[in-house]
Amino acid sequence: MSAPGTPRPAVLVDGVSKEFRIPEEQVHTLKERVLHPLRRPSHNQFRALRDVSFHVGQGEFFGIVGRNGSGKSTLLKCMAGIYGVDAGQMYVDGRVSTFIELGVGFNLDLPARDNILINATMLGLSQREARNRVDAVLDFAELHEFVDLKLKNYSSGMLVRLAFSVMIQVDADVLLIDEVLAVGDAAFQQKCFDEFARLRRENRTVVLVTHDMGSVERFCDRAMLLERGHVVEIGEPQPVSMHYLQLNFSRDARAAEEASVSGEAVAEATTGGPSLRGTNPDELRAGDGGAEVISGWFMNAEGEQVEVLEARQRCTFCMHVRFHQDVTDPLFGFALRNSEGERVVACDTHRELSDQSFAAGEEVIVYFGFENVLAPDRYAVSAGVARSGSGAAWLDNRERFRTVIISSTDPSGALLDPPFHVELQRQVRAEATS
Amino acid sequence: MTETPAAGAVDRGAELPSPEGMRRVLGPTALGDDPQRLFRLAWTLATTDFKLKFFGSFLGYLWQLMNPLLLFGVLFLVFSFALNLDQGVRFYPVALLLGIVLFSFLNEATTTAVRSLVTREPLVRKIDFPRLAVPMAATLTATFNLLLNLVPVVIFLLASGATPHASWLLFVVALATLILFAFGMSMILSVGFVRFRDIEPIWSVVLQIMFYASGVFFTVDTIAGQKHGQLLVDIFFCNPFAAILAVARHTLVDGSWTSPSQALSSDWLLLIPAGLVVASMAGGFLLFRALAPKVAEDL
Repeated sequence: MSAPGTPRPAVLVDGVSKEFRIPEEQVHTLKERVLHPLRRPSHNQFRALRDVSFHVGQGEFFGIVGRNGSGKSTLLKCMAGIYGVDAGQMYVDGRVSTFIELGVGFNLDLPARDNILINATMLGLSQREARNRVDAVLDFAELHEFVDLKLKNYSSGMLVRLAFSVMIQVDADVLLIDEVLAVGDAAFQQKCFDEFARLRRENRTVVLVTHDMGSVERFCDRAMLLERGHVVEIGEPQPVSMHYLQLNFSRDARAAEEASVSGEAVAEATTGGPSLRGTNPDELRAGDGGAEVISGWFMNAEGEQVEVLEARQRCTFCMHVRFHQDVTDPLFGFALRNSEGERVVACDTHRELSDQSFAAGEEVIVYFGFENVLAPDRYAVSAGVARSGSGAAWLDNRERFRTVIISSTDPSGALLDPPFHVELQRQVRAEATS
Repeated sequence: MTETPAAGAVDRGAELPSPEGMRRVLGPTALGDDPQRLFRLAWTLATTDFKLKFFGSFLGYLWQLMNPLLLFGVLFLVFSFALNLDQGVRFYPVALLLGIVLFSFLNEATTTAVRSLVTREPLVRKIDFPRLAVPMAATLTATFNLLLNLVPVVIFLLASGATPHASWLLFVVALATLILFAFGMSMILSVGFVRFRDIEPIWSVVLQIMFYASGVFFTVDTIAGQKHGQLLVDIFFCNPFAAILAVARHTLVDGSWTSPSQALSSDWLLLIPAGLVVASMAGGFLLFRALAPKVAEDL
């Protein structure tokens, strides 16, 4: 498809900001206005979008991702012209069709045919255009036999099919789509995917707001990550969706969210220092105090400290230990428990690091590198140091002192995701029959 | 392709292509950029509502006719037999029915309009369309019903011995004025209700007063005969609905029904109801246009 950056983009958003006024106390009645004519109702400003700029090329499939409340739906509504913006400009090229909710304007008391006409008219078609498309819509939705059935007797899946079909048949140049794939049965979802593929082939421009990183990576040419109204990243779908998952699960992001409304803190989410601020409430700590596990964190294959590990990548667990006594030949160990509480991985250093001595006051960092074959899940991390021997004499043991997320955009659903080597060998027929 | 990932520091503008030749998205407005679309939408919404109203009821449209006829029956019994208001008045029953039908229209059009934007919230919040289509559809639906209800009025009139007359054309003008007045009020009420929910009960009281103060069931001559009759008549016709109703009766029912210009002390006073109709249209439109962009957020 045509590369972004062609002379005329399909969608151009330039420095758009949007604020909502949220009244602190609802002043809704004339009486209150009359009794308190001078009191201006106090408002909280909620900045849903802050200086958002991007462009979508002709025929590009553009994904917008972000956590709940990040402003992505507001952005879509602004682009659709449903909300006015407070600052900035937006431009589109060609007819825009908005698909924010399924079957807007559907009336459950009317049969499918009337609803197709109403919905198509709402979406911008003339009555004649709408009438000409009724059959095509019914074909796509595979609902010909139910054309005279009132919508209230439709199953929810049938409703979704009908609504999606109408949107597809509207022939807009730019489609703005908000979270539509979450519904419908598997067969219909496949059909939607096929339809997306067709839209791509036909060089139509699609802006898709979604939580489903699978479809982002599958369809989008580019994606944009929003966080609290800011554009955090625009680029290839894969890194953007990874960044999204990181943001979604990172404790720092959540802490930052609670701490500040002013923003700018998001960027720190992935940098960070030693991670062991706020201890996990589930933590169980035991030990004689001969040493102290100060902190533990994970690093990805590039050696960056991360809160979310990507599945099937090499990673490293690091623990920072300070000794308070002279200790000889201690054991360092760590373990991961999955969300079911099963111990999935455990490692100690009785073989690797034997006959080491540490003086009181000495600090060390121990690195445990391993191939991450674990399934995506939230894992509770335990780490400890024990005196030489069986490993039961704890200097310090911190059970479940933190968690780590392993994420994947393509989960297998199994407990382990080891790298597979797959080969196919065709058997010679003669051997097969012998 | 990757732009600066740092939050808040995305270098905007510099690398954005020029918007030349593209359509600017200006957000929601009252009229939209295509007047045809506005009317198409209003028409679609109105016909759908009209269809739905009779959906599933066996006698369908008959009920629409029954409502004013039943009210007419009650009022006729009370005012004709008990109070003798019809003494010496030509075509009193038809004029009464006409009054009821016209008032029902004003009542229906404005009462549905008050909540119309709130009722259509799903549409308003999910689709970009000319917002004016919503109150326009409310007026249109009520107009369909009005036209339907006028059928028995005309039949009744002909059965009472009246003959079609050139002045019936003037009745159409009166009707159009009434529809415009209802539309003007609908614009004010619908967009006002989004901000002040008190408008609904207030308006229902105003309508109640209008019903009794507009001469639906008495003639203008009845007040003219009172003490300070002329002053009362002049005040009476400040009410646009009273003036429109009087014109409608004068032109459609019978010339013996006093028209406002016959009853008023000066023809200039006609400017008051006429001005109010124009003000409702102009003010309604300006108010609606000013508030339309924010309606989706204020709902």
